[in-house]
Amino acid sequence: MTLLRNDTAAPGREQSRPGRRPAWWSARRRDRLAGYLFIAPQLVGMILFVLLPLGLMFWYSFHDWNVLAGGFTFSGTENYERLAQDPALPGVLGATAAFSVGLVALNLSLALVLAILLNQKLRGTIVFRTIFFSPVAVTLVAWTIVWRFLLQDDGGINGLLSTLGVEGPNWLRGETTAMIAVVVVQVLKNVGLNMVLFLAALQGVPKELYEASTIDGANAWIRFRRITMPMISPTILLTSIITVVGSLQVFAQIDVLTSGGPGTSTTVLVYYLYQNAFQFHDFGYGAALSVLLFAIVLVLTVIQWQMRRKWVVHED
Amino acid sequence: MKTEALTPSPTGAPETKTRRLTTGPSRRAKLVLYGLLCVLAVPFVFPTWWMVTSSLKSANEIFAFPPSILPVDPSLSAYGRVFEFAPFAAQYWNSMYIAAIVTVGTLAVSSLAGYAFARIRFPGHNLLFLVVLVGLLIPSEVTIVPLFQMFNGLGLVDTHWPLILVPVFGAPSVLATLIMRQFFIALPAEVEEAGRMDGLGRLGLYWRIALPLSRPALGAVAIFSFLHSWNLYLEPVVFLSTPEKFTLPQALTQFTDAYGGPMWDVQLSAATMSALPVLIVFVLAQRQFVEGLAHTGLKG
Repeated sequence: MTLLRNDTAAPGREQSRPGRRPAWWSARRRDRLAGYLFIAPQLVGMILFVLLPLGLMFWYSFHDWNVLAGGFTFSGTENYERLAQDPALPGVLGATAAFSVGLVALNLSLALVLAILLNQKLRGTIVFRTIFFSPVAVTLVAWTIVWRFLLQDDGGINGLLSTLGVEGPNWLRGETTAMIAVVVVQVLKNVGLNMVLFLAALQGVPKELYEASTIDGANAWIRFRRITMPMISPTILLTSIITVVGSLQVFAQIDVLTSGGPGTSTTVLVYYLYQNAFQFHDFGYGAALSVLLFAIVLVLTVIQWQMRRKWVVHED
Repeated sequence: MKTEALTPSPTGAPETKTRRLTTGPSRRAKLVLYGLLCVLAVPFVFPTWWMVTSSLKSANEIFAFPPSILPVDPSLSAYGRVFEFAPFAAQYWNSMYIAAIVTVGTLAVSSLAGYAFARIRFPGHNLLFLVVLVGLLIPSEVTIVPLFQMFNGLGLVDTHWPLILVPVFGAPSVLATLIMRQFFIALPAEVEEAGRMDGLGRLGLYWRIALPLSRPALGAVAIFSFLHSWNLYLEPVVFLSTPEKFTLPQALTQFTDAYGGPMWDVQLSAATMSALPVLIVFVLAQRQFVEGLAHTGLKG
């Protein structure tokens, strides 16, 4: 995929013009200096607000640091031993996996279906495109608060179901239904983003490919498998990486809809880390949980990046 | 893009087989498609519709069954009470000005860095680009504990500084830099030649030539960073403790009665006020909005 190609399009073409300026102040040097100055804000920001905190995170994770009890003492691998023995952690990791798998699968497949529907020769697809995309522009917490009401026992969803003669469950109070609710609410909020990216990719597939393959007798499903999927595979890779990493960041929806409950059934890793660090004020253990979260993000991204060799088609 | 310009579907058959291929799906297929689209549209539209109409209803009518599609006796009284229960005007202003600064700041930082990584060759640019890319792997949720301690050490907890500095300079701006870099790479080298002839330096080429040509990418970055800041929730919850300093997402969760139960009518009025202006801007500008996102190199 072109996104991470390690090249630059425009090599410095300015040649130094001897005799007009001191030799060290050549156009090429000036250009290099401009390059460093241009990236300086981003680079300094990366160091201060990403790399330094990352280092501190590892440092803290080897310390016993409870703000309420006071004290900041080196404790070796104690936090990691606790991590391995934490009786709540398997449940938390299970909830994280359930949420992420559910979100990524539902988000990507729904986004692809919507994009294919909107890619048909139909009048008014622009209206539907606006509709499917609109939740992206609705304030996240506002969207979530509305769904919390709709999902209440006496809320809109069960009201709707009862008109159909179905008695709906108390969605946010059942372990499985709460997880389903959190996933669906989040997918509806953001599926429009991936849909738009898929739509742009679909429209970039050359028509001739379809025409040629149909002459060869391929049916719609074969055309989809053999042409559409390979042609949009770079977009699928990109959206899946963004969606997987995004799914591990979910916090507001959990906090507003379920507060991690019922029990700990929707306590995903970010929420558990927040509880430990900022509610129980146990920053050492919070840092160890952060390391775990970081490791998961890293491993998943590397796996996806490796998988691209298998199924992503390179155009260049 | 215009609807007429939509390319035929992958499932649409070629011209050689049947007549309908040139005219798109058959009439029956169209009906099925429209039906499907309408059904799928309900969960996307209904919550927003319900939020806006319920904010005009009385607390009793919100829970009425069957629910009324339009408010029986529309009233703005809940809107007034939003401002009685919370310093909502201040909270609104906080969200607005923080999002504005984050948007402008991200545009500046990411377009400068994106331009340099795309068009200037300097020693170590590949390595430095990799360093920046690492930001994609480290969302601020991962580093929230040390970030809190750092800002705590600087005495900047319960101020808006962390909500501005981290998005503009930290991990969230990396995606913006990527978008800008992809755009500048695709920009033909010739467009800068005229500027060079006129003796423009790098800053001049960037400001006078590259930036004016990069409106679609700048638009996409502006939308991304505005929405990111506008929706930010974990960071305000962690960093802010004074209600006057809260931003909207955090403020919306605070409308509870003495027993901790939500005051639905007030909360929904506040939610509507927070969501509707952005939504209206989106609907008015939706072409630029959607296409800016789609045509920025994020296509892969």
